Amino acid sequence: MISATLALASRALTVALRRPQYLMPMLVFPSLLLAVNSGGLSQAQNLPGFPPVPSFFDFQIPAAISQSLLLGGVGTGIAVALELELGFFERLVAAPIPRSSIVLGRLLAAAAIAAVQVTWFLGLGMIFGHGVADGFIGALAVYAIGCTAAVGFAGIGLTLAFRAGNASSVQGIFPLVFVVLFLSSAFFPVDLLTSPVNEIARWNPLSYIATGMRAPIIGYGGTKAFLEGLAAAAGVAIFFGVLATHALHRRLRMG
Amino acid sequence: MKGAQVVPALARRALNEILRVPGAAIPGVLAPTVFMLGISAVFGNVTQLPGFNGLDDYLAFVLPVGLLQGAGFTGAATGVNLARDIEQGWFDRLLLAPVSRPLLLAGLISSASLRALIPTTTLVAVGLLFGVKFPGIVELLIAASLVMLLAACTACWGTIIALKFKTQQAAPLMQIGSFVAVLFTAAYAPKQMLQPWLKGVATVNPVNYVLTGVRQGFIGNVTWADTWPAYLAAFALLTVLASFAIRGLMRMGR
Repeated sequence: MISATLALASRALTVALRRPQYLMPMLVFPSLLLAVNSGGLSQAQNLPGFPPVPSFFDFQIPAAISQSLLLGGVGTGIAVALELELGFFERLVAAPIPRSSIVLGRLLAAAAIAAVQVTWFLGLGMIFGHGVADGFIGALAVYAIGCTAAVGFAGIGLTLAFRAGNASSVQGIFPLVFVVLFLSSAFFPVDLLTSPVNEIARWNPLSYIATGMRAPIIGYGGTKAFLEGLAAAAGVAIFFGVLATHALHRRLRMG
Repeated sequence: MKGAQVVPALARRALNEILRVPGAAIPGVLAPTVFMLGISAVFGNVTQLPGFNGLDDYLAFVLPVGLLQGAGFTGAATGVNLARDIEQGWFDRLLLAPVSRPLLLAGLISSASLRALIPTTTLVAVGLLFGVKFPGIVELLIAASLVMLLAACTACWGTIIALKFKTQQAAPLMQIGSFVAVLFTAAYAPKQMLQPWLKGVATVNPVNYVLTGVRQGFIGNVTWADTWPAYLAAFALLTVLASFAIRGLMRMGR
């Protein structure tokens, strides 16, 4: 099972790297929004109640990473849905490999791509911001949460792809990425969000994921924020990984 | 067929798609609506900053950004539809028709301008529902006409890209153009509050003047000083982009 999972993950990565047009939106759109948010609202860090931050740009980096990872999840879903439409999935199912490795391979590839995404935004932080306040260990913490969360977001994409079976339906969830983002504290401190978004954000796992990544970047929030972020990311990964496996089995049962 | 018949016929053909495939119009309405409501909910408290000069309704401030984004999506959709027509060979037949090529462009951009009224109406209705003060009829007409002009500009941009790449796969390039043009302005905060680099970009970005023209009625009174630069910027942008689009059309198939 391990070798099949690794082989499928490697294939998914190769296909993704061969078509950079699918990877670029995950980096370009969040980078542009990062530039606009930080350039337009930098004075927001003067609001009473805003945590002490080196710059508003540094505060926004986890929001950009979260957005990028969510778009990655949509991209995974679209890729699998296209395989379903084009018939490659049928051949994959006929191969003598464990069915769960189909899901695990994709999730592993999403984690690997997430490492590239996190590297990109931490790089932007080093160039235009103040880098990671907690240093190398802090950067590792961001990778840990980011890659784990990416597995969960890819699980959402896989679940949708197996249930819908076509790429356009998965593409249709694109605006929902922003709904999930806006209903979290990814962009702004939870206490400064307007009501009722602040209440919803307290229940949204993405708030904890973003805050967990933010803590080592801005050097505020400490180990508690990191552990909460990692727990939220792991919870999302396990929940949607299981859901994606169920959706795959359901699809196979229904033919 | 005379020009007076060609343009409405082409515009009607493009608008027919909304009736035949209503779902195709949803992303162009949904995305700016989600963006507008999301931004105002998340950043709503920034109006406490002194630079907002007492404005307390952030939704009214970002609603015009949503309107321009709606125009951007509409223009990109026009480009994608043109790329599809090129891929499927329909546009080749259109080029063979005894119709001047600028008229073909006029048909495309007039359909985009009319279609932009769908997200405009929806966003204004949603804004009013969420407490934005009714700006007044004249103010709304100014905003709608500027949005239609910007939709014409983005349709020209979409046309340029479609004629260059001749494939629907160029859609992200069509969208990113309007995305950058609309957001690299005083979209989130008054210009004096922007970081120097963004303030510089906004100063030379013609869409910023269009945004100011659309926004004025929603956050205060309409003034001549904010109106004429908006129309001048929109017409100048349209002239430049339309001339590139016509150049692309003239070269097509030759």
